[in-house]
Amino acid sequence: MPRFLLILPILVPLITAALCLLAWQRPVLQRVLSFLGTLILFAATAMILRLVTKVDLITVAVGDWSPLFGIVLVADRLSALMLFVAGSIALLISIYEWGAPGKNTMEGSSPIFQILFMGVCGAFLAGDIFNLYVWFEVMLIASFVLMAWGGGSIRLVGSLKYVILNLVASALFLAAVGLVYARFGTLSMADLAQVQLQQGDPIAKGRLIALLFLASFGIKAAIFPFFFWLPASYPTVPAGIGGLFAALLTKVGVYALLRIFTLVFPGEMESLRPFLLSISALTMTLGVFGALAQEEIRRILSFHIISQIGYMIIGLALFTPIGIGGTIFFMVSHIISKTNLFLIGGLVKDLGGSTELRRLGGLFHRHVILGACFLGAALSLAGIPPLVGFWAKLVLIIAGFQSGQFGIVAIAIFVSLLTLSSMMKIWTRVFWGEEKLGEIEPADAPGAAAALRRAVRFIPVFALVLLALALGIFVEPVFEYTLEAAHQMLNPASYVEAVLGTSP
Amino acid sequence: MELLFSILVGALYAAGLYMIMRRSFVKILIGISLLGHAANVLIFSSAGLVEGRPPIIPGDAETLASPYADPLPQALILTAIVIGFGIQAFALALIKRVFDATGTDDLDQAERLSPTGPDAPPSAPAGPEPT
Repeated sequence: MPRFLLILPILVPLITAALCLLAWQRPVLQRVLSFLGTLILFAATAMILRLVTKVDLITVAVGDWSPLFGIVLVADRLSALMLFVAGSIALLISIYEWGAPGKNTMEGSSPIFQILFMGVCGAFLAGDIFNLYVWFEVMLIASFVLMAWGGGSIRLVGSLKYVILNLVASALFLAAVGLVYARFGTLSMADLAQVQLQQGDPIAKGRLIALLFLASFGIKAAIFPFFFWLPASYPTVPAGIGGLFAALLTKVGVYALLRIFTLVFPGEMESLRPFLLSISALTMTLGVFGALAQEEIRRILSFHIISQIGYMIIGLALFTPIGIGGTIFFMVSHIISKTNLFLIGGLVKDLGGSTELRRLGGLFHRHVILGACFLGAALSLAGIPPLVGFWAKLVLIIAGFQSGQFGIVAIAIFVSLLTLSSMMKIWTRVFWGEEKLGEIEPADAPGAAAALRRAVRFIPVFALVLLALALGIFVEPVFEYTLEAAHQMLNPASYVEAVLGTSP
Repeated sequence: MELLFSILVGALYAAGLYMIMRRSFVKILIGISLLGHAANVLIFSSAGLVEGRPPIIPGDAETLASPYADPLPQALILTAIVIGFGIQAFALALIKRVFDATGTDDLDQAERLSPTGPDAPPSAPAGPEPT
C-alpha cells in the first residue's frame, strides 16, 4: 500500500492531464476533470503525510531496480509536508480558476496545470539527482506555457525573460550533475550521502559542485543576485496563475537547496555560512526595498516573494535543527499568505478595475470582506500575531539568536518592519481613504453570473485566511513536525539506511 | 582526449553564454541550444572516455571486463537531449509569438514597446491583456 501511495502524486496528475487532453473540445468537461484530479491528488498527499508522520520515511524503488542505480521515490517528513502543501494549493487554485472572470478564461489550460502539479510532486519525491532534474524540467516547461498562454505583448515579453533565465539555470544544473557523476561515480542521493558520511571531512572539490548547485537552484529560488527574472515576469500573469507560481515554483528551488545541502554537502556548510548569510541579508533587503518603490499590487507582491525567500535562506545558512525547521515552517506559512495575496489581487482587479495603486481607493467601504481577508493575509506576511507568519519569523529569529548571528537577526527584524510598512501602503492606498469610483470600471460584466464567479473565487481566499489563523493558534503540532523533519534531515544516516537498506 | 573535451565544453559554454546576452531573439535561441549541448558533452566526458569498448557482455563471459564505456552518462545525455529539444521547440514558438505581438526581433525594442522590467511604469501600454 505505501508503495502504491507514493506513486499517486505523479500518476494522478498525469492521468488527469491525459483525460483533459482527450476532452480538448469541451472546456467545461476539462475543468471538471481537472478539479476531480486535484481532489484525488489532495487526498493522496494527505494520506502520504499521515503515513509519514507515523513511519518517518517511505521509499519506493520504481521497477524494483536496485536503489543505487534505479529511480527511487523517497518521502521523508519534508517531502511529505511539501507534497501536502502542493496538493492543497492545487485544489485551491483549481477552485479559483472555476471563477475566472469572463475575459480571463484560460480555457484548455487544465492539462498544463496538471503537468505542472506532476512536475512539482515528482521533484518533491525524487531520490536521485538526475530524476530531480527531469521533474524540474517538466515543471519548468509547464510553467513556461502557463506564463505565456493567451497573453498580449507584455505577458509574452515577460515570459521570454522568464524562459531565458530559467534555461540558464537548467544548463548550470546539468553541469553540476555531470560534475557530481565525474567526482563521485553515482547520482543517487542516498549513495552520495553515504559517500559523504564515510569520508568524514568536506569532500575535496566538493565546494565547486556545491556552489554550482547553489547558483542553479538559486536562480530558480530567486535569491540575490539571481532574482531579476521574478519582478519582470510574475506581475504580467493573471491572479490564479500568479498565486500558483508564487506558491510553488520558488519553493521547489528552496526545497532542492535544503535537500542537496543536508544530504550531499553538509560538510561545506560551516565554511559557506558567512557567504550564505550575506546572500540572505541582501536578498531580504533588496527585495523589500524594491517592493517599497513599486506602485502596482502584483509588482509589490513579486518583490515580497524575493524578500521572503531571503528569510528561508537564513535557516539554511544557520544549519541548526531550529534553523532548518524554521525554514520549513516559513515555507508553509509563506505559501499560505503569498498565494492568498495574489488571489486577493485578482479580486481587487475585478472589483476595483485596476491593480495600480493610484487608480484605487476606498475599496473597504464597499467590500468589507475583501478588505478583511487582505488584512489577514498581509498581516500574516508581515508577521503579526496570532497569524502563522508571526511564528515563522519568530522561529527564525530565535534560531539566529541561538547561533549567535545577531547581525542577520537585526536585518530580519528591520526587513520585517519594512514589509509591514509596504503592506500598509497597499492597505491605505487601495482599501482605505476615499473611493475613486468614478475612474474605475470592474473588469468583469455585472450580473448574477459574475457575482457567482466572484463568490467562487472567495472560497480559496477564505480558506487560506482561516488556515493562517488556525495555524497561528494551533501552531504546536505543525512546529513539532517541522522540527522533527529538520532533525531527520540533519541526520543523513537514517535516510541512507532507509533507502539503501544498509547502514553507512 | 579528456583535455580536448574539457576545452570543447568550455568553448561551448562560452559561446552559449555570449549568444544569450545578445539582443536578437534568434541569437538567444542559438545560445540556449549551445548551452544544452555544452552540458551534454560535459556529462558525456564526466565518466572518463574509453575508446572501442562498448558496455556489452561478450557471449562467453559472465561479467563485463573493465574498462568499458560507462553507459549511465550516455543514458542521461539521451534524456537531456530530448528535454533540450522540447525546450528549444517551445522557445522557437514563443519567439515567433513575441515577434508577432511586438513586431520586432530586438529585445531592447520589445522592452521599450512592452515594458515588463522592475523599473517599468505601472501603467504599461495595455495590450489585449486578460486581468
